[in-house]
Amino acid sequence: MALLEVKDLQVRVEEREILHGLNLTVNEGEIHAIMGPNGSGKSTLSHVIAGKPGYEVTGGQILFRGEDLLEMSPDMRAAKGVFLAFQYPVEIPGVATMTFLRTALNAQRKARGESEYSTPDFLKKVREVSKSLNIPQDMLKRGVNVGFSGGEKKRNEVLQMALFEPSLCILDEMDSGLDIDALRVAADGVNALHSPKRAMVVITHYQRLLNYIVPDIVHVMSKGRVVKSGGKELALELEATGYAQFEDAA
Amino acid sequence: MNVAVAKTGKARALSDLFASAEGRLPGSPDVIAVRREAFEAYERLGLPHRRIEEWKYTDLRALVGEVLPLAATPDAAALKRAADAVKAQAIDGARKLVLVDGVFAADLSDAASLGSEATITTLREMLGNAANPAAGDLLRTITTDAVISLNAAMATDGIVLSIAEGVELSAPVQIIHVATAASASAFTRSHVKVGSRARATIIETFVAAGQAGAYQVNDAVVLWVGNEADVAHIRLMDDAADAVNISSQFVTIGANTKLNVFSMTSGAAVSRLQGWITLAGEGSELSVNGVNLLKDAEHGDTTLVVDHAVPNCTSREIFRAVLDDRAHSVFQGRIIVRPDAQKTDGKMMTRALLLSDEAEADNKPELEIFADDVSCGHGATAGALDDSLLFYLKARGLPEKQAQALLIQAFVGEAIEQIADDGLREHVIGIAERWLERRQ
Repeated sequence: MALLEVKDLQVRVEEREILHGLNLTVNEGEIHAIMGPNGSGKSTLSHVIAGKPGYEVTGGQILFRGEDLLEMSPDMRAAKGVFLAFQYPVEIPGVATMTFLRTALNAQRKARGESEYSTPDFLKKVREVSKSLNIPQDMLKRGVNVGFSGGEKKRNEVLQMALFEPSLCILDEMDSGLDIDALRVAADGVNALHSPKRAMVVITHYQRLLNYIVPDIVHVMSKGRVVKSGGKELALELEATGYAQFEDAA
Repeated sequence: MNVAVAKTGKARALSDLFASAEGRLPGSPDVIAVRREAFEAYERLGLPHRRIEEWKYTDLRALVGEVLPLAATPDAAALKRAADAVKAQAIDGARKLVLVDGVFAADLSDAASLGSEATITTLREMLGNAANPAAGDLLRTITTDAVISLNAAMATDGIVLSIAEGVELSAPVQIIHVATAASASAFTRSHVKVGSRARATIIETFVAAGQAGAYQVNDAVVLWVGNEADVAHIRLMDDAADAVNISSQFVTIGANTKLNVFSMTSGAAVSRLQGWITLAGEGSELSVNGVNLLKDAEHGDTTLVVDHAVPNCTSREIFRAVLDDRAHSVFQGRIIVRPDAQKTDGKMMTRALLLSDEAEADNKPELEIFADDVSCGHGATAGALDDSLLFYLKARGLPEKQAQALLIQAFVGEAIEQIADDGLREHVIGIAERWLERRQ
């Protein structure tokens, strides 16, 4: 069974249709890249998979291990193993990072019927994970993303990914707002988390990110559909020719 | 308001109330004369209503209707119920002073353990002392209104606490008001005097014992803080869901003092905390903060006047209201800077969080500045939880209510974190957490 199956997905925002019958299948362990010009619907796809309000699904379905994801609340999707790394992670003043991480991790475990972490066990786990990702302890002492640089925010997303151990990670424009060094650090974190059981869907506008996170399959989106899929060489081809050729194909 | 309106059936009933209570009200003949005068002042005004500017948003005639008869002096059974409530509310290490239905309960209190650090008497005892020609002054305040006059007329008891110069209290003093009676009123008035260079933490707790409900509390506190003293005053009001709590505070601060005030409202159907804080000595720092947690059709009013009477003082006010269901919060904050009070630095910020479309928040900040070399500012906001923050938390696995709770805790945290003492701050965070758990 596929990990994620998006079938003929049609999505509206207010009165405008953004996705017009999108198909995508992701299996365990695969790294997919979704590329496409601005406005092609890449971020909409990631938001609909994660359950962000404001999108109306007018047709099609999204199955996660065969279960209807669209019937689940966003928190239930997270508990099932769907993780969206935000393009712009929000700052939450007054909520300590450690409190947030512990509350989220335990909420997911509770939803899955697993035992919650005690505070000492949780602290031990966070220390292990942050050490393996070279994340300074100081970052954990602040409010969630408060005063973080773009690079720190993305590293915090990677930290959460490592802590929550999702089976599907969707990285929405992870490269936006990052300089090349910060990008490399974040990408190293993502690569460290890739495993035969964990799939990644990397959404990006530029080929640059794919120098660091090498995809198995590249999809080109245009005007709300996947118009071409291929191997990693497709990304290089896009870099050379641009998206214009696909505008007509859509 | 015309006289015909003032003399309604309710007003006459109140006169009966005073007449029937008079035998139980402590005081020498001079004091009784002060009470009568106060009651007459109250009778002329009646309960405050929306046409009285200061009570515009809290119309007690509409919200409360009538003042209930004086609660009976607590019997053994009532004291037993109160003892359980006191046990539940006592803050670790604090010395308890307990008032049950408006009467000091010595057996539930730790007055003796204060030793030489402070002197404690009761209002009842002070008022009854015919040898004290100034006893009547205990019922007079720098400002007055109908509910304060009513308090002066009807106060049955209270704590009179005096902390000597230079003393550092080894433990907080906690005044616990317990209501055990239903459909009755308790009137209390306490005086706290903190001597120069003294350090003290005073906690006030309002709570119901067992099933007590539909009662009314009218409390007044007169706090005097001497020069170079360092005082924390924490008020925790968690009265029964159908109770009324009207409290008035009169605070005078000397020179080079630090006063940190915090108030938490998490109970009562109708409540108002009205305070007058006067900075009367130079070089003092005042921090006044509060959180109102309101649900159902609860009405919570915080009305505060900070009066900078002298130069070179700072005041900071941070207030937060969280409103669920059809709750209504009122914040009226006034900063007065007198003509001589140059170099005053006064800031006031109030924010309301509306969790429901039917909740209502009224914010009325006012600055009255008569000096020209000052730095003063205020801000007020009202709004809902931020959807983008909520979605982020939900996408990380927090169910809706839990995500809301985390954001609400952060919202009120800005006021709660002003409490300096770690233990007390955690205690107050615990009250907020329990309030939030009831929503889930």
